[in-house]
Amino acid sequence: MSEVDATLLTDVLRRATARGATAADGFLIEEQSFSASVRLGQVDTVTHSREQRLALRVFAGRASAAASTSDLSRESLERVVDEATALARVTSEDPHAGLPDPSELIERVPELELEDHEGSEPTPEEKIELARRAEAAALAADPRITNSEGAEYFDRRARYAYATSHGFARGYSTSSFGLTVSPVASKDGEMQRDAWYTYTRRRRALEDAESVGRTAAARALRRLGARKVKTTEVPVIFDPDTAASLLRSVAGAASGPSLYRRASFLFERLGTRIAAPTVTIVDDGLLPGALGSRPFDGEGLATRRTVLVGEGTLESYLLDTYSGRKLGLVSTHHASRDGAGVSVGTNNLMLLAGPTSPEELIGSVKSGLYVTELIGFGINGVTGDYSRGAAGLWIEDGRLAFPVEEVTVAGNLLEMLDRIDGIGNDLVLRDRVAAPTLKIARMVVAGD
Amino acid sequence: MTDKVARTRPESFFSDRFNVTPGLMERLLGNNLAGRVDDADIYLEYRINEELVLEENVVKKASRHVSQGAGVRAQSGARTGYAHTDDLAIQNLEEAARQARAIADRSGGSGVIAVPGRGRPHDLYTLAEAPIVTELTRKLDLLRKIDAACRAADPRVAQVIVSLTSEEVVMLIATASGWTVGDVRPLTRLNVTAIAEEGGKREIGGFGGGGRVPFDFYLEAERWKRFATEAARQATLKLSAVDAPAGAMTVVLGPGWPGILLHEAIGHGLEGDFNRKGVSAFAGRVGQKVASELVTVVDDGTIANRRGSLNVDDEGTPTRRNVLIENGILRGYMQDRLNARLMGDAATGNGRRESYAHPPLPRMTNTFMLAGEDDPRDILRSVKHGLYAVNFGGGQVDITSGKFVFSASEAYLIEDGQVTKPVKGATLIGNGPDALTRVSRVGHDLALDEGVGTCGKDGQSVPVGVGLPTIRLDGITVGGTAV
Repeated sequence: MSEVDATLLTDVLRRATARGATAADGFLIEEQSFSASVRLGQVDTVTHSREQRLALRVFAGRASAAASTSDLSRESLERVVDEATALARVTSEDPHAGLPDPSELIERVPELELEDHEGSEPTPEEKIELARRAEAAALAADPRITNSEGAEYFDRRARYAYATSHGFARGYSTSSFGLTVSPVASKDGEMQRDAWYTYTRRRRALEDAESVGRTAAARALRRLGARKVKTTEVPVIFDPDTAASLLRSVAGAASGPSLYRRASFLFERLGTRIAAPTVTIVDDGLLPGALGSRPFDGEGLATRRTVLVGEGTLESYLLDTYSGRKLGLVSTHHASRDGAGVSVGTNNLMLLAGPTSPEELIGSVKSGLYVTELIGFGINGVTGDYSRGAAGLWIEDGRLAFPVEEVTVAGNLLEMLDRIDGIGNDLVLRDRVAAPTLKIARMVVAGD
Repeated sequence: MTDKVARTRPESFFSDRFNVTPGLMERLLGNNLAGRVDDADIYLEYRINEELVLEENVVKKASRHVSQGAGVRAQSGARTGYAHTDDLAIQNLEEAARQARAIADRSGGSGVIAVPGRGRPHDLYTLAEAPIVTELTRKLDLLRKIDAACRAADPRVAQVIVSLTSEEVVMLIATASGWTVGDVRPLTRLNVTAIAEEGGKREIGGFGGGGRVPFDFYLEAERWKRFATEAARQATLKLSAVDAPAGAMTVVLGPGWPGILLHEAIGHGLEGDFNRKGVSAFAGRVGQKVASELVTVVDDGTIANRRGSLNVDDEGTPTRRNVLIENGILRGYMQDRLNARLMGDAATGNGRRESYAHPPLPRMTNTFMLAGEDDPRDILRSVKHGLYAVNFGGGQVDITSGKFVFSASEAYLIEDGQVTKPVKGATLIGNGPDALTRVSRVGHDLALDEGVGTCGKDGQSVPVGVGLPTIRLDGITVGGTAV
């Protein structure tokens, strides 16, 4: 970490101790980002930003409080420390509160290739050109691509530094780059939008702009002519992106705060079978160059590879220090530090690939739904009850027959995990959460 | 823990604290932007946010966040340059202004500075005491009372989580035409979550409210107690819920928060940006019939103390009461300055942004349907078989195809005109341009929601309100599991 960051954090923590805090930790984030959107070939919005934020947590014995500020001037930092220590005095004692034991903190920060050092920084014009090319490829793909919500290029460089009042101080830097395109297809008065994206830690790893544009166009085109279907119970296949959303729900239910509140459908399920025996879900924070990798978590604990679900059995929860102690367990090194407080977050969360190609999975269905988009918030994390809006393609006799929209898919997440009877061989880590194509033996599809 | 920010005028706040005066802002705009772009502004913001969470009857979280920054925007034709910084030092503001201009400049501007119409700002939420300055001990006492009341409401309540957030935003905006307007915006929200257990089954329920109101709002007529018992009732009710039906049927929506229907089905589709770009299912349909003639929908940012209200929007335009649909006919869109200029419309006071770090977009304020004439009981009696939905979680819409969803969290079966069994949560899905044509009855019981709504668009969250009388919708798809 830089000397400036270290000095700033050390000064803040020293002041907290002087104000009566028995322990404290601080997380400093400094980031610089750029984004450019282009619509119908013209520049739409270009944004430059530079941001910084200090998140401070102080303990007064077993009571704690958090504060954060984006103003890193001396007066402001002093005010934040004073406010946080004052807040800690009015909050309640909690026997489980506190920093991790200093002996558990990471010693050496591993090189995870999270920052791109290759080549020189392109000019804003060159970045805008990438978005322009991606959109142009989408618009040229088919005469039915008649409009566009635009294409956007973005990049971000960030520095993270963490320190505790015990004298620990470590940091790391990251970069990320992305390109998204959202074309609109239309025919006979009907309009359909879809999108595609590429998102990486290295600029050179970005998918080719034209290819992103063409994929986005193909996705919008295949939705033209969509209709409702009759309400029925059928096999449902989730494409990799929608399957990944199921993993997010599983991770939410496996996270410490949901569990100690008993507000999770995975409560008291540790060590039991919660999914089909073919299902293995892993969270890995150490994959070199991956978007979800980080050397240590929000409390300075080394990240690692955690098997969340192994061959259908729930093998681990996702815990930070507090929720671990509260549950009589130990942290799994999943503390996350967005905002001032500490919560639980995953790194690279993946459902491991199976043996079957997506085509074979679709081919195995006589009549069913292939889901490519989910909307809405109809997931009950306590019971696992699941009901969301869906769009996709109808499968007839093993083939994608026609596009479907304005339907819902419903079931219960535990039943859905248990009924997974097909796992694709198409796992690609395109984002922080990834899954292959998943087939669920049956769900209720509601339409007409 | 009190901060005197709340008592200050925005102009003197920024000049006292950061040496950023309206004169300096005008100079920045003049030197860097004037004459070369169609529109430009500087937005300064200072925000304090406090969050208190009581869980297991102990204060589990107490946090305070301060953020500040400036966003500088320059527009030329349809292009926008936006630069922001969280360091209000003058050289940073100058750099931001230079960057914004460079971005907007690249095509060569038209050289015209638009002069926006300026009306009088409102005075919708001047409070005797802003919620952020109320003493912590009073707040924590109330949270403990709520915990006790929620547990007392039903012995099956096993866990209670109470959260109280208080916020104050001071904003100041200067435009290239030389005028400066500021606003001090208080906001608070109280949420009660109950987890009920019975025979190994667990369920969750929640209730809350708030607005641009003082802390004492929660004490009026023991509002806090109603939130507590309502959360307990929602959680315990669901313990006995049966599977929701699946398929198209008649749905009766209760008054208040079910107004989220309007927000998703038509609200987003009537935001100016989507219509200027022609990507909304409502593009080019002003003057056409888009709803049953029983339906009149307004977006009104001028209601005193409401969560979605603003004295001026985040571009400095005073908010208004905008009629979106009148007796079924689409009357107009919601506009920020950019989209209004490009579409030849007037700005409607709907230019909003999450913070200085985001450029403004056309957004809703408080969106609701006006009351009709029917007795809500008659509306329920008119349904042979259907769903009565009175509380909802979130919703979402695909602007282009018009398909929208919203998820019922409290709903009942209607059998032979009677409200019978509670059903499990289910998502309702419909098509925006035709959903409101299916409205066959409108009650006389218009209610606005309790003040909990947050709307997301392009990664920006802003507080909003909704409202609805009891209505009957014929033929909407309910996404349950009972086939």
